[in-house]
Amino acid sequence: MDSKHPSDASRPLMALLYDKTVRSIIYQVLVFGGVFFLGWYLVSNVQTNLDEQNIATGFGFLDREASFGISESVIAYSPESNYGRALLVGILNTIKVSLTGIILASIIGTLIGIGLVSKNWLVRFIGKTYIDVFRNVPLLLQLFFWYALITNGLPGVRQALNPLPGTFLTNRGLYLPIPADNPAWFWVFIAFIVGIIGAFVLRKWSFKRLEATGQVFPHLSVGLGIVVGLPILTWLLFGAPIEMNVPALQGFNFQGGLNMSPEFFTLLLGLTVYTATYIAEVVRSGIQSVPKGQSEASTSLGLKPSWTMRLIVLPQALRVIIPPLTNQYLNLTKNSSLAVAIGYPELVSISNTTMNQTGQAVEGVAIFMTVYLGISLLISLFMNWYNKRMALVER
Amino acid sequence: MLKKLTSTTAAAALSLSMVAGGVQAGDTVDAVMDQGYVQCGVNTSLPGFASSASGSWEGLDVDVCRAVAAAMFGDSEAVQYTPLTAAQRFTALQSGEIDVLSRVTTWTLTRDTSLGLNFAGVNYYDGQGFLVRKDLGVTSATQLDGAAVCVEPGTTTELNLADYFRANDMEFEPVVIENTTEVTSAFFSGRCDVYTTDRGGLASARMVSAENPDDYVVLPEVISKEPLGPVVRHGDDEWLDIVKWSLVAMIEAEEYGITSENVDDMLDSTNPGIQRFLGVTPGMGEALGLEEDWAYNIIKQVGNYGEAYDRNVTEKLGLDRGLNALWTDGGLMYAYPVR
Repeated sequence: MDSKHPSDASRPLMALLYDKTVRSIIYQVLVFGGVFFLGWYLVSNVQTNLDEQNIATGFGFLDREASFGISESVIAYSPESNYGRALLVGILNTIKVSLTGIILASIIGTLIGIGLVSKNWLVRFIGKTYIDVFRNVPLLLQLFFWYALITNGLPGVRQALNPLPGTFLTNRGLYLPIPADNPAWFWVFIAFIVGIIGAFVLRKWSFKRLEATGQVFPHLSVGLGIVVGLPILTWLLFGAPIEMNVPALQGFNFQGGLNMSPEFFTLLLGLTVYTATYIAEVVRSGIQSVPKGQSEASTSLGLKPSWTMRLIVLPQALRVIIPPLTNQYLNLTKNSSLAVAIGYPELVSISNTTMNQTGQAVEGVAIFMTVYLGISLLISLFMNWYNKRMALVER
Repeated sequence: MLKKLTSTTAAAALSLSMVAGGVQAGDTVDAVMDQGYVQCGVNTSLPGFASSASGSWEGLDVDVCRAVAAAMFGDSEAVQYTPLTAAQRFTALQSGEIDVLSRVTTWTLTRDTSLGLNFAGVNYYDGQGFLVRKDLGVTSATQLDGAAVCVEPGTTTELNLADYFRANDMEFEPVVIENTTEVTSAFFSGRCDVYTTDRGGLASARMVSAENPDDYVVLPEVISKEPLGPVVRHGDDEWLDIVKWSLVAMIEAEEYGITSENVDDMLDSTNPGIQRFLGVTPGMGEALGLEEDWAYNIIKQVGNYGEAYDRNVTEKLGLDRGLNALWTDGGLMYAYPVR
């Protein structure tokens, strides 16, 4: 006995060591301590090294005047603005191209995905070729390709292509006419929003009526009518203004109208075309994951083919589609940082310039990493919420 | 392709190297001696200053790297080149990826202070200008209101451009592309009306990249002062000395009339200044921590400043000496006394 427990004092200590809870606490303390120490070591090392090399630190530079120009911005910006605002311009440009890209890639991807399961051989073949080509060429190369095609292939401003009246296509971008300033447009926009809300309310009401009485209300076509009709009605009420703000060659460039720069267009095109290939595959696999019996059962109940797709197949397919779709949305957003190569002023591009002018790389990298993390988390949150809504409700 | 993205990588590398001990100030000389070559940051492609089109690196900036290698190792070929874009260059130097940056870099106060760098001198006095197509009919920069301007990010050029248009109450659309080759090709394709950078760079773009140089014209305005020179990290005085005096030695050699051709004869010179300079009378090399024939090696293998200028800038770009002539010829090149 004594040989097994050499001393009385150590006995409870040994017992403690073999205790499961105590041991797990010890492990956790050790791991936490290790991580904490590593973090502290890294931070203090950075501090020492920056001090030794006399490199400025801190975020004070955000208030200083940026004094460089940015080609496109959704908010007012001039070289007199400060670095903080310049970075904000970059963030907004990233969001602008990502959001537009996500919407377009979803539409194109879904269409091609449906095409992949089509009964038509030609449609299937086109879809497959598209995916094979654009999925297997690196995105960066595609961006260079599109950019060279636009800047070298399209004519200069003086020989601008004029496909539609008031519309000009040049290697400086696409110029579109937009409605001239008129208070009517503000109310048309409001009417459009009201229309969308109205359509949603209508949809809810029609579902309730369907459950209560079994009568079907064509809420899709009527809803669409509200969304389109209400703005048109408003426009007519305001006397139907048709005056347009048409771009015109003035000095070096076209002035007026709406301009889509070649850099934005290249990036949007590249991101959309590339991500759509992945989304198409996601959609295809989602549709094919719904057992054939489901649509057969629906058909035998007498549902129209379009109803079968909308009410039986799609809701089930969506459960499979949404999680991988979230990945593609995140990829698209992160890939937008490749714009640095073609000169679209998004976050990374502006951060690079800022880092270079101020020399504060650690802060710059920290800022854009935080922003990308934030945007990605927001997308994930939204998609998770949507996923929950679409999930199978167990009764 | 990846080059374009490496400024971010370099920035990340900086953060990493800062984290993992990083470069200790003060020991670059030992580190360079140990590795046996100078790691030199140069332009990706700027004929006349740095270009590897002929298979080996050449140019006025490259010659500074070669001079440092000749002084340290007696071998001007003991250089590894890192081609860098304007936006990548400082992070590459700060993080210790390169030992010296010789890439048409303008000496400014903030770079000398808050960026943690030190300038070792000036190897080219330049000023910013504008390059336009002749058929645009523009004769002065003051007519550029509303123009699309191609410019590289992270340069003094980018800042001067904004200042100039602001001061003259004009608008412009910047087209900002990081890689020199990409930005010039955007200009020549007609994406921009104007390409702006230092006039040396404009001459390089016009003479080398343009299909027909006569279609383009450099506008008369010079909107800034751009003293360009080699840069090292702050807090590394021995290394700064070596780079600084390697450059001075090239200018000093031209002042004395010593060339790569006659340097061997000059060893027999009775001029005490030349004897000291070439190490016949010892002392200068020891003071720098180098061999006594350090300056001899530079002149023999790289040539004096005038030779380097003629070979690279005059022949390739057709630019005369101008501000870069010796002070005795009315220029600004002035060697500090080697004694």
